[in-house]
Amino acid sequence: MDGAAPLFRMEGISKRYGGVRALEKAELTVEAGSIHAILGENGAGKSTLIKVMAGVVAPDEGHMMLDGREVAFASPGAANKAGIVCIFQELSLIPELSVADNIVISDPPKRFGMIDRKAQRRIAEDALARAGAGDIHPLALVKDLPLSRRQMVEIAKALARKPRILILDEATSALTAADVSKIFGVLKRLRSEGLALLYISHRMNEIAELADQCTVFRNGRNVASYKAGSKSDNEVVELMIGREYSHIFPPKPPAAPAGAAPRLEARRLSWADRLHDISLTVRAGEVVGLGGLDGQGQRELLLAFFGVLRGLSGEVLIDGKPVTITSPAAAREDGIGMALIPEDRKTEGLMLPMTVRENLSFAALDRLSKGGIIDRAAEQRLIDDMVGLLAIKTGGLDIPVGALSGGNQQKVVIAKWLMRQPRIILLNDPTRGIDVGTKQEIYQLMRKLADAGAAILFYSTDYDELIGCCDRVLVLYDGAVKRELVGAEITERALISSALNIHGEESPVGLGASL
Amino acid sequence: MKDWRYWLAEQRGTLLALGIFIVMFVIYTSNHPAGFTANVVQTAANKGVLLAFVAMAQTLVVITSGIDLSVGMIFLLTNCLASWLVVGTPMQTTLGVIAVLAAGLLCGAINGAIVIYGRLQPIVATIATGAVYYGIGLLLRPFPGGSVNEDLADALTGRVFGFVPASLVVLLAIVLVIWVPFSRSVLGRAAYAAGSSETAAYMSGVPIRRGKFAAYTLAGLLAAIGGLFLTFFTYTGEAAYASGNSYTLFSIAAVVLGGVSLFGGKGSAIGAIFGALAFRTIGDLLFVFDFDPLWQPLFQGVILLVAVSLGAFALFRVRNRLEWFL
Repeated sequence: MDGAAPLFRMEGISKRYGGVRALEKAELTVEAGSIHAILGENGAGKSTLIKVMAGVVAPDEGHMMLDGREVAFASPGAANKAGIVCIFQELSLIPELSVADNIVISDPPKRFGMIDRKAQRRIAEDALARAGAGDIHPLALVKDLPLSRRQMVEIAKALARKPRILILDEATSALTAADVSKIFGVLKRLRSEGLALLYISHRMNEIAELADQCTVFRNGRNVASYKAGSKSDNEVVELMIGREYSHIFPPKPPAAPAGAAPRLEARRLSWADRLHDISLTVRAGEVVGLGGLDGQGQRELLLAFFGVLRGLSGEVLIDGKPVTITSPAAAREDGIGMALIPEDRKTEGLMLPMTVRENLSFAALDRLSKGGIIDRAAEQRLIDDMVGLLAIKTGGLDIPVGALSGGNQQKVVIAKWLMRQPRIILLNDPTRGIDVGTKQEIYQLMRKLADAGAAILFYSTDYDELIGCCDRVLVLYDGAVKRELVGAEITERALISSALNIHGEESPVGLGASL
Repeated sequence: MKDWRYWLAEQRGTLLALGIFIVMFVIYTSNHPAGFTANVVQTAANKGVLLAFVAMAQTLVVITSGIDLSVGMIFLLTNCLASWLVVGTPMQTTLGVIAVLAAGLLCGAINGAIVIYGRLQPIVATIATGAVYYGIGLLLRPFPGGSVNEDLADALTGRVFGFVPASLVVLLAIVLVIWVPFSRSVLGRAAYAAGSSETAAYMSGVPIRRGKFAAYTLAGLLAAIGGLFLTFFTYTGEAAYASGNSYTLFSIAAVVLGGVSLFGGKGSAIGAIFGALAFRTIGDLLFVFDFDPLWQPLFQGVILLVAVSLGAFALFRVRNRLEWFL
């Protein structure tokens, strides 16, 4: 640093969501003409950091300085005007509009007060060419493009805004290898043009190729900044490790029960370009974890088992017998007995305005009714059992479930499925956004259900949970199982390095080069 | 792919509506005792443009993925208002027309403000405001009556050059003056963007609120133009509740026939115009084939179902069943 103010600097930035600290006095300095990589495991605060920079969320405290002057952004639009443009992981394209419409969306060229379509077309073609995506037709509708092409449009759209700081959040995750190398060429050219690029990726090889500077985040804080290439992969993993252990886990049984045919088995399961040749087994009495970074196909895998996806290839076996499950209603039937605790309880798990009672009995209504009439007494008995078993705290069974706390809502979602006594339980990040006390209860419950003979497949973004709860963990990367960890092998180091697909010396599975 | 193919794909809904309309209209005129004459076309046009204006109004709101259940009532209210104000000297008449249009704009702006800034659901907000607008219309015209400047009325409902219906010329002018600029303006694009994906639009810094407000306000204006024309055809004002309701419902049908997606973000007012004209022709067909008019609602319903089903085939291609519910 040579006296001159850096292009952008943030100091003492903190942000809390309810009781959860996403950022705690975070700092970051971004220099013009360089590519700055941000690293950190799930929940380390990376996404919140860029959301603050891009004007999507306002920080609780702290300053941001652009060219040495203090700035604050009220909206993404304001950040764009200041020259900070972010390419978000969840695409920000408008599906029903054309590629050209999308590229110029924030500031379309005007003529006589109307949008100048010829100029728009020129800008779009130019931006697409600059992004190395000249093969995309500017008049095509975004919704008709495959995901990888949309991501290229997203990059072109960002370039058309003439940014000074360009933030790429996992921007290459959906791209093909050919596109990635094109994009790298573009990014290096932008760097030489004096832009500052902030690059968030979990692909270590990409960071090694691109980055000039790296900053590691952990627990909402920047813990280290270093020149790219000055640390080994293992040292980087070391920096990322170190989350505070705050949960108490039930003891695991001494050894995973073996012998009988697995309760749930997948053989070479593939779907679209999201799942590739996944084979796994879950035995009765076992808790099997799904690990890896967010969005590596874990959610799709659970949906595939639960009969939501069409066009699956490969085989699913229950108790050794092949089955074809075509809907959630079929998945819960007696011969299969599957339950899925979904990721988003507010949209996929609960009918928020309906009462606790109604929500609890939805999944089991067919068992509680005769000739279409609900047996109220039987319903009440079962509900009482569940409320007792899960210790659901509610002001009554007839209040809207939306009035409960997040933890109690999640208990209702779980209880709803337990009312059917499922034999296979799929959990999709069930403890996200709930309090520590309820988390512990859910861990205890999971173990209790497994001990009673259920087969449990458990996806979590929290590595502590996988370590504390699971008998085995399968780590997914790019829709494929990269590594299986058993018993004492399940450590934070092993989880992180396999999630990042680093082939360290301790990696027992030689899978060759990825991609 | 060539440019024209993209254009074709974009206009598919509009062209389909045009096709349906032409087929029906050809069947209609070729079976009409008088055939394809200026008189027949003029009568059909005058009946059709009323629904066309209201359907255009509905389109603007539907594009933002809202719905306006008050368009029929704004149509009635402005009809009642016009039967008081659009009279007298050319100067007075002009001022009257301006006042009627301003009233429509205001009604639309109130809808927009309630939906956007009050964050009420469009369906409820416009049921309520629709009742209010109808109530005002009823106070203005408790009984059918009033009058209108007949010179203006006859000029706008007559023919130009002896064969072109004047009402169609006005419709075309309105498309050029209101729809085309709107659809090509930043606000129009914001309306589309908000209807297609409001989060993505917000993340892209699109002026969502202004776009939606413009859509609701212009919808009020278009409904008022419809109300004016109703007055020109009937020479009177009447707060006819059933008529207002059926215009509201038919406008939704016309919009769907015209290829506008009720989920928002897609479609064109021009498609909705052809949808409206086609919908009106369905009724006329029964007349030339000497059907009992009792059959009309049933027949209209069946045609509408068939036309709307054409748009649902894409659902068969979905690979993630959760997308059915998006």
